[in-house]
Formats: sequence, C-alpha cells, structure tokens
Amino acid sequence: MADEYNWPEREKRDLIGRRISRLDGPVKVTGRAKYSYDVNREGMLHARFVTCPYAHAKVVSVDVEPARRMPGVKAIRVIQDVGSEIKWALDEVAVVAAESEDIAKDAVKAIRFEYEVLDHFVTEEDRDSAPDARAADAQVEGNPDEMMAASEVKVEGLYRMAPISHCCLEPHGQVCEWDAEGKMTAWCSTQSVSILPNQFSQALKIPAADVRVLTPYMGGGFGSKFGIDRWGVECGELARETGRPVKLMLERDSEMTVAGDRPSAFAKIKVGCQKDGSIQAWESESWGSGGPAGTGSTPIPYVFQIPDRRHQHTSIPTNIASSRAWRAPNHPQACFLTMSALEDTAAALDMDPLQFLRKNLHLTGRQAGTYEQELSVAAKLMDWEEKWRPRSQAEGDPVRRGLGLAIHRWGGRGHASQCDVSVHPDGLVEARIGTQDLGTGTRTIMAIVLADTFGLKLEDVRIELGDSRFPQSGPSGGSTTVGGVGSSTRMAAQDALKEVFNRVAPDLGVEASDLETWQGRIRSQTDPSKSLSWKDAAAKIGVTPIVVRGVNPRGGPLTNSSVGGVQMADVSVDIETGLVKVNKMVAVQDCGLILDLKTAETQVYGALIMGIAYALTEEKVTDPVTGRMLNADMEFYKLPGLLDIGDLEVHMMTGPGYDERGVIGLGEPPVISPGAALANAVANATGVRVPYLPLTPERVINALEKGGVV
Amino acid sequence: MSQKGRDKKGRPGVSRRDFLKTSAAGTVVGGIAVGPRSREAQAAVDVPIAGPGQVPISLRIDARDYPVEVEPRVTLLDAMRNQLDKTSAKRVCDRATCGACTVLMDGQLVYACSVLAIEAQGRPIETVESVGTPEELHPFQAALVENDGSQCGFCTPGFVLACKTLLDEHPQPSREQVRAGLGGNLCRCGTYAGIRGALEDMAGGKS
Repeated sequence: MADEYNWPEREKRDLIGRRISRLDGPVKVTGRAKYSYDVNREGMLHARFVTCPYAHAKVVSVDVEPARRMPGVKAIRVIQDVGSEIKWALDEVAVVAAESEDIAKDAVKAIRFEYEVLDHFVTEEDRDSAPDARAADAQVEGNPDEMMAASEVKVEGLYRMAPISHCCLEPHGQVCEWDAEGKMTAWCSTQSVSILPNQFSQALKIPAADVRVLTPYMGGGFGSKFGIDRWGVECGELARETGRPVKLMLERDSEMTVAGDRPSAFAKIKVGCQKDGSIQAWESESWGSGGPAGTGSTPIPYVFQIPDRRHQHTSIPTNIASSRAWRAPNHPQACFLTMSALEDTAAALDMDPLQFLRKNLHLTGRQAGTYEQELSVAAKLMDWEEKWRPRSQAEGDPVRRGLGLAIHRWGGRGHASQCDVSVHPDGLVEARIGTQDLGTGTRTIMAIVLADTFGLKLEDVRIELGDSRFPQSGPSGGSTTVGGVGSSTRMAAQDALKEVFNRVAPDLGVEASDLETWQGRIRSQTDPSKSLSWKDAAAKIGVTPIVVRGVNPRGGPLTNSSVGGVQMADVSVDIETGLVKVNKMVAVQDCGLILDLKTAETQVYGALIMGIAYALTEEKVTDPVTGRMLNADMEFYKLPGLLDIGDLEVHMMTGPGYDERGVIGLGEPPVISPGAALANAVANATGVRVPYLPLTPERVINALEKGGVV
Repeated sequence: MSQKGRDKKGRPGVSRRDFLKTSAAGTVVGGIAVGPRSREAQAAVDVPIAGPGQVPISLRIDARDYPVEVEPRVTLLDAMRNQLDKTSAKRVCDRATCGACTVLMDGQLVYACSVLAIEAQGRPIETVESVGTPEELHPFQAALVENDGSQCGFCTPGFVLACKTLLDEHPQPSREQVRAGLGGNLCRCGTYAGIRGALEDMAGGKS
C-alpha cells in the first residue's frame, strides 16, 4: 500500500483538469455503442406488461387462457391476481413473453382483467381535500413568532411546483438469459451494476454469485434506475420459465407514468425582514406527494439557515406511481420555494436581490466565502450590475426583460468503490471496476487518472466497467461516482506504480523511492539520466501482470463534500402571450478538484438545459377524473429543443482553494438552481410572481391578470 | 406527420394533402393495405395485398441487402432492431416526436418508428452506421466529439443524421434552417450546447 494517497501536484498534472474529449464519444456518434435495449440474443423472446387502466382498483377476475393459446405466446405470468389492490394507473398486473413484440402485444390485448374501481385521489395541490393527509410536527428553531412580530417588513407567498417525469430516453428494462448451469446474465439499464446481483438473488432465490449484470452503455437514469424493479424480477422469471433469453423494456407510456416521478412541492412561506435587508424570521408550511407513501419535506429554508424559523410539512398520499430520486432529490424544490420567497422579499424592500443575498450570506455558514466568490463571477458574466432593473420598470413594449438568480448547495462525497488496476508486461495499463458510465464521463475520468498516475497517454490505458464481476463500486447517485471511482482508481494506480518501481529499481541501481514517472518514462529523481521507457519497465515485471486493488472506503482521503453554486437567468416575457424566452443563463459551479474540465462543463450545461425544461415546459399532468397521466408521451410532455435554451455560459471554479479539496461530485448541484433563477427572472421581468413551475404561458397570463402589471 | 423528409423547396416529404389523397383513393402509402374492408376496396384498383401474416421482403440498409420476413404492421425501426440487429436507431417515443429513430430513406430524413418495413422495400436506407466509423469519423462526428455533444448518447445517432443532412443542404445554416432541420430531435441529458458548438464549428463559426 502506498503510504499516502494523494492527487498529483498542479505541475504534475498532464491530463487532470484539462479539457479531454470523452473516450466513448466516437462509439456513440457512430451508433456503435450497444445499450441494454440494443441487446439481441439468439432465440430471444419479447415481453410486455398488461397494465391496469385505473388509478385505484381491486382485481376481481383474471382470464389469461385465450392469450395462452395464441401461437407464439411462450409464457404468461399473472403478477397481481384476484383480490390485489392496485394503487396507481399503469401498474403491472400480468406479463407475456412471446416470439415477437407484435405477438406479445396481441396477447396483452387478449388477456382479460376485471376490476372493481375504487375512489382515487391525485390532486395533492388541494391539501384540504386530501383523504389521508399526514401532518408532521412543526420544527421550530429560535423564536420565530417574536422575531416575525418584530420584523419591519413581512412578505407572504404561496409557491407551487408540479411533478415531473424522469423521461429517460432508454426506458427501464433489461434482457435476461439463463445458462445450462442455472446462472443468469442480465443486461440492465441501471445506475447500480454492483448492487443488482444481490437484488436478483433475493427475488429469484438464487445465489448472488450466479447473477451477472452488464451495463456497457446506459441511456439515461437521472436517479430513477437503482433497483431491479418489477420488470427485472418478471424478466428473470420469464427467462427461467421459458429457457430462452427475454427482453422486457418499458413502453413509453409506462416509462413516463410509473418509472419516473419527481414529487410535487407546495409551500406557504412568510419571511420577516428589517428594512436594511437583514432576514429576521421564517415561517413555512409545505406539502406535496410522491405517490401512495406521500413525500418527505424539502429542506426549507434552503441554504440560508435563518436562526428563528418554523417549518411544518404535510405528506399527501396519492394514487400516482411512487416517486423516484430525481437529480438532487428535494433540492430543486427547496431552492425554488426559498429563493422565490427571498426574491419577493427583496422586491418588497426595493432591493437588488444580489445585494439582498449578499447581505445575508453569513446565514449560509462555511460556504459563505465560496458563494461570495461565485456571486462575483456570475454577476460579471451576466453583467448584472449594468442590466438589473427593479421589477416592472418596463413600459410600453409587451416583451419585458428581467434577471433572476439563485444559489444552491450539495454534498457529493465519493462512495465506497473498489478498482483493480493491472499493469501488463506489454505495458498496457488496465482498470476493471463494477461501476457504470451514465454518460457523465466515468470512463474518461478514470482513464485520465490512470494515465496521469503512470505518466502515460490516454491511448496507453484501458477502462473496463459495467460488469458486476468486476470489483464492486457504489451506485451512481447523489453525485458520488466521480469521487468514489476517481479515488479507487488513483489508489490502485499509486500502489501498482509503486510495485513497478520496486521491480525496476535494482536494474537502474537506485532506490524505488527515488523513482518517478516522466513523459512515458520512469526515471531517477536525483539522476534523471537513469531512466527506462515505460515499455521496457513493464517488460521487467515478469510474465504475469501486476494486479492491485484500490479500495476506497465511503469518503476516503481523495474526495470531499459540500459545494456551492450560483446561477443567473436573463429572460424575456411576452405579457400578451405569456411566453417566456430564455436569453441567457450563467452557471458558476465549484466541485473541488476537476478531473476533466470538458465533461464537467458538459454536466453543467446539461443541468441548465434540464433546469430550463422543468422551469418552463415539462410537467406530469394527471387527470383528476380518471387518475391517469394525460401526457405520457413525448409530444405533450414538453422538452425543449436545440434552440429553446438561449445562450448558456458555464464557469467552473478551479485553482487554489478548490483543487486541494479533492474530487467532489457534480451530477446534482447545477440542476438545483435553474428553476428558481428563471422564476425570479420572470418575476423581475413582469413585476408579478408567477408562483407555479413550470412557468407555462397559461400560468404567466393568470399571474399577470391577478397581479395587475402595468 | 410521420415523415420529416423535405424536398428541395423545404416542404415536408409527405404533405397532409398527399396523405388524404392517397387515403381517399383506397390506397395506403406504399400500396399495401390490411384488413378485409380495404382488401375489397383495393381489389378494384388492382393493388397487391400483403399480410396479415409474415411477408418476405428485402431491405437495403447501409448498402447491404437484408432479406427479412415481417408482418405488414412491423415498422422499419422494429424490423431493423429486432430482426436485423441494426440497433443504432433507437426506439424512444415510438410515435414520431423525438427523432431518436431517425434514418435516411431515399436520401430523406424519416422517423423509422413511423415507416412500415414493407414501405421501405426498394428504398435505400442509411443509418448512422454508414456515416463514419469510430476510427474514421465524419467531420461532423469529429466536431461532435470535440464539442462533447453526447452524454448518455441515446439521442445521438438521430442527431448526427439530422445535423449531417442539415449541413449537406445548408453548409452555413441560418437560425431558421437549424430550427427546421433539428426541430424534430430531442435530447434529455441536455447536450444541445455541444451540438450547437459542433454545428458552429462546421459552419466556420457562422451558425
């Protein structure tokens, strides 16, 4: 073991922190990347679910016999038999495996389920009519009543945020195949390759060691793909029963309805403030739903830890499919609710919100310094001082322009991860790891770490991942992957390099501790004339490769936690049509030591765009009458297109103060602020608060009518 | 609209009027119909009938002929993906919205999820697999990699074909041409910044 694991000093980083193109770019842009959905196995059957059309119902009869007799139908499994209570629409009640998708489709139509339809509730916005609202005790800090009463200015608002769907382009699902020895291989679209064998083991009652999960490429998860889910269990059972490989991927309506849900959030908020802008007190009541289990509270007040505060949350169970983690669970909601209330407070004080947030930054704790730096950078990139105007100063022109901002926080410490690094006698350096690359650039950052550690080029190293037989690594959630796999890769690489040094030191006549890597060579630090090419050095390690396992505990010395982040938005709002246009967004983000600046920036650009989507257009619309999602498709579930996003500017905080913190994850933080920043920009532009995300034209017009902009 | 191909004047490949005309005449695009009612109607105009069972057809994809048996209802996308192991076109929305299944048919962009396999007989199909290889990328593909225009990559094959076609027709596309050419492709990860960067590079910085 290396005495001390560390990241290379700045001058020793040839690749780390530079802009490196993702290594799997070429296979993706040429269509060669094979996803789970693309796996075709010899003799493979296609499976489809029978789903319940009702949001709440009891199964009273089932008839699968006509379907069973159809040619080409190989297996039918009833998942929820007579007497089962269905709690959301499109819940799976049976599954069919057939020779082709079309036969499976026909069989699904031939299967008869009869239901007793029960009352459903899907309109959690209306808290008072919820049949089963569960109010938690109020959380109180300090003396909110006293401080609120003493506040010179009090601002109240009701803020609302609709649920959204993850809308992964590759739907949830997998291909399962059993071999003659009773072992199963599953090609899963998953965020947790190393975790799934144990889940399959429990569900299918086989040893976890007999399950192999493969995910070479993955078409989007965003937090929704951590478990094997019912489709994993059923696919495995169908494949076992038929003795044939089975593919079971969700249809688009199911993908949108049952496999993706970020909970709604509603809150009545009151902020107490002094005329100089110092926040005195906070009171809030929030509610929302994430399905039959309701949902927990969002962390409000967000970022600003107001000492005197009261918050009370009510969880509302509904007949919609259970929510799943969506990038930065609860944070986008908390950010929108809090930053909207604070911007409204600033507006009531006639204060620039940038000054208002700065005045209260001490309430953000130890991140205050980071926020101060990031606010300055963002303000400059947005030209805030020059462009910001108080609310509703625009006259005449129906298209009103405005600016808004928001700040956020996230943890992002690396997860537990193990990685095997092999140095082969031919010089190839290879890493094997049971992680997955969701498109975040995991392969690429690992290659960067390996190559930089050995002083090699990217083409001299190879990364193998997406296989549960490789050393286990944590699920990709909560921005924990880069810190986890970056650490285990570096640890293994440092140890492997040390072993190479040990083996070549005698030939060079130096101590191993005197050796270093330098531009594809190993050389003595004290006498650089004593050196070997990497290839010659590798040839000296013997006939078998050096294989070293890096073991990063949860956390570990190479990763860290807690980032800030500031975003600003510039919008134009047409007050006649209610249409919001993004002119520009600025994101300033820190994440410790950046391994690959290019994919890091891409992550932030992507987060801004997903943020624009949930701020302006995307929403799960559930019909109160039928309890079904009305837009479980991609024409009415609106995602922005290439030209709907305005100009985006991303600035990553790097260098002293950031690099030495170690590696911190980036998947969540930049997706937190866009909704709040855009909503605040719309308020600034129109002079009224549009209190409901997404900011559809209808909601903008409604708010304008109520608020009476001039 | 099931097709988003455009003729030289920039009009869509199949107009609503054309579609209504062909439907009213008792034929369906491609001259194939299913079901007893249309069979009767078709007999009068002497149009070949296929199905409803498996029909042997041949598809020409990426300059190679593939004999395949499909039911008339099978889409070009499903025939390629399920029967020919040609999987670069992805099935996402499965109803002509997202563009992940984009291919070229007769040199025009189409959504393969909304073209029947039997309609595609005798009409050369090009998938992204014919555009370049990982070792030898097409210049736009190279620009896309350089600009990091893919994350999960599931929408990428469709975007590559749509962008390449746009650039073939308009080497320096205007904003409106970009809107028209790429309005039919969606990305979830948010790679638009990279895709725009690649288009700008190709257009010499004048997008």
